[in-house]
Amino acid sequence: MWEESATSAAFCMAMVEKAAQVDKNTPLLSVRELLVRFKLGDGLAAALSRGPSYLKAVDEVSFDVGRGEVLGLVGESGSGKTTIGKAILRLYEPQSGSIVVNGVDITRMGDRALKHYRRDLQMVFQDPLSSLNPRHTVRTSLRTPLLLHKICPSSEVEQRIDEALTRAGLSPVFKPRYPHELSGGQLQRVAIARALTMSPGLVVADEPVSKLDVSVRAQILNLFKDLQAKFGISIIFITHDLRVARYLCHRIGVMYFGKLVEIASVEELFTAPKHPYTKALLGTLGAEGENLDGAQVAGEAFNPAADTTGCRYYARCPMRVDHCKTAHPPTETIKPGHDIACYEWRRS
Amino acid sequence: MAAGRFLGFKITPLTRRRIDNFRANRRGVWSLWLFLFLFVGSLFAEFIANDKPFLVYYDGGFYMPIFEAYPETTFGGEFPTETDYQDAAVRQLIHDKGWMLNPLIPFSYGTIILDLGRPAPTPPSSRNWLGTDDQARDVLARLIYGFRISVLFGLTLTFFSSIVGVAAGAIQGYFGGWTDLLFQRFMEVWEGMPTLYLLIILASIVEPNFWWLLLLMLLFSWMSLVGVVRAEFLRARNFDYVRAARALGVRNRVIMFKHMLPNAMVATLTFLPFITSGSITTLTSLDFLGFGMPPGAASLGELLSQGKANLQAPWLGLTGFFVLALVLSLLVFIGEAARDAFDPRKTLR
Repeated sequence: MWEESATSAAFCMAMVEKAAQVDKNTPLLSVRELLVRFKLGDGLAAALSRGPSYLKAVDEVSFDVGRGEVLGLVGESGSGKTTIGKAILRLYEPQSGSIVVNGVDITRMGDRALKHYRRDLQMVFQDPLSSLNPRHTVRTSLRTPLLLHKICPSSEVEQRIDEALTRAGLSPVFKPRYPHELSGGQLQRVAIARALTMSPGLVVADEPVSKLDVSVRAQILNLFKDLQAKFGISIIFITHDLRVARYLCHRIGVMYFGKLVEIASVEELFTAPKHPYTKALLGTLGAEGENLDGAQVAGEAFNPAADTTGCRYYARCPMRVDHCKTAHPPTETIKPGHDIACYEWRRS
Repeated sequence: MAAGRFLGFKITPLTRRRIDNFRANRRGVWSLWLFLFLFVGSLFAEFIANDKPFLVYYDGGFYMPIFEAYPETTFGGEFPTETDYQDAAVRQLIHDKGWMLNPLIPFSYGTIILDLGRPAPTPPSSRNWLGTDDQARDVLARLIYGFRISVLFGLTLTFFSSIVGVAAGAIQGYFGGWTDLLFQRFMEVWEGMPTLYLLIILASIVEPNFWWLLLLMLLFSWMSLVGVVRAEFLRARNFDYVRAARALGVRNRVIMFKHMLPNAMVATLTFLPFITSGSITTLTSLDFLGFGMPPGAASLGELLSQGKANLQAPWLGLTGFFVLALVLSLLVFIGEAARDAFDPRKTLR
């Protein structure tokens, strides 16, 4: 125990030194074996009878995000996409694993130290109306990060707010408005402007268009694309819409009930998918088809609360073999940049 | 109605709708005005019921005895002690060389009327509108002072218990988990304490005065708001804008009081009038039992206990009863109107 903490302290020191000499090749974000679990069945009775049971929302997921890269995370509802996003920002506490930003491990960092790294990580939430305080004007919402992180002298704050709004495609006349006076698309632009005030290296966009009207979606997607091209920020784009992911992302990770089953570049994933689940998803896409919410992947869904050791896709998998049931397949790299968690991928 | 300004505060459309909702409850509106009238009036109790005149003109000069104590020699008397303006001889001296303006009720709460002409308590008369109590003091004068102390006590206690209660509820709701669990269990134990007995015991150790009573009652009254605030915070901590603030690196304290509390305030504000009326009741019952304000102080509870001790003088008990009933009813009516005003189903049309 003591040895362990001593080595981890040394490890931290090494990390700090490493951070000082970050080169362009280290990934901006590196997630390793991230595990986030939620307690199920609260209360004393549950605890006494069989011990608390857990739902592994994110189960030992590893991936990197490079500088200026857009990584898409796709999967059905409940596959743990959003949980990953929130865990990266430390809005959920990960059970184990590590989150390394610019070579610095922030997984167990205290609030005070973390504040410095928050500048580099921002989030755009799914529902723009609830992600802005209903009692704060647009100006107040945008001013908070500027003042909090002392990004600019207070005399320049107003100017910075104008800039941020303009960048997000909004006129500064919206400054004195309250969230309920704005439309969904406008609100999402405000939320994006807020995330951008800090010039973050990475923005986690959690289904930022799913609550918007179809007509506004394309505008917001293009805004993300423009901002990414102009400022070179990295984006983790969480979506359940494969076409959106294809349009915006450089790489796509496919999630199935907490496991990252396949991750590859967009071209690779769409032309040569290896995991049977990815194939099933692409199959549902069809001719300008529906998104994943309407996807009919045949077979019985996995019960995430059950403590299975085997592959989570077993029940639905057309290629299953006996040992799929005993242990979840490890992630293997089949090509540079193409990782997959399946025993039988060669058969496909 | 257009958004205007009131005392420098901008009236938002939401506030405007709330004011309109409050106004729609007619009973609440006139209760509020009547209560404000009585309360503000009682703040000037010294000018309404006092045994000193508020203005004396004597020998070419003006004197204000309420603010300054003048020795009798000032008005040509013999003693260097403070003037007794009820003394017939002194009155004569002043009237010889000027005049004096007496308050409407020429008695203070402690003035013992020596020339009643019959044993106290005396029934209502043209001189003592609500009669006198068993120590020959004017009931109306004592009522005005007693009302003032009761309401002031209620408001102060409400103020402090809402500060403590909101802070405690906010901490529990925001942090949740073990903090919440332990705090809740502590409160369950604390709530189980026999409050009145504890107050009586404590009151027998220290000499009770306004601030002691306030402190003792604050020990137990803060819990009334914790539940509401805690529930609001438990709800709000999972809102995306709270998460967004955390992602921005806003400190917990700032999130709690700048982002979450304003939203929890609505539920809190509607409780305040009811807490005030509860505080007044508690103070009255302590006074009634004789463990409240120091002896001689005017209070509604003391008036009630006099009424109980002197059943042959029904004006004592009846006065206490009606005034207490009036105050509590007014507060409840105001509280109902405030509840209407902040009702989201009515404001979010």
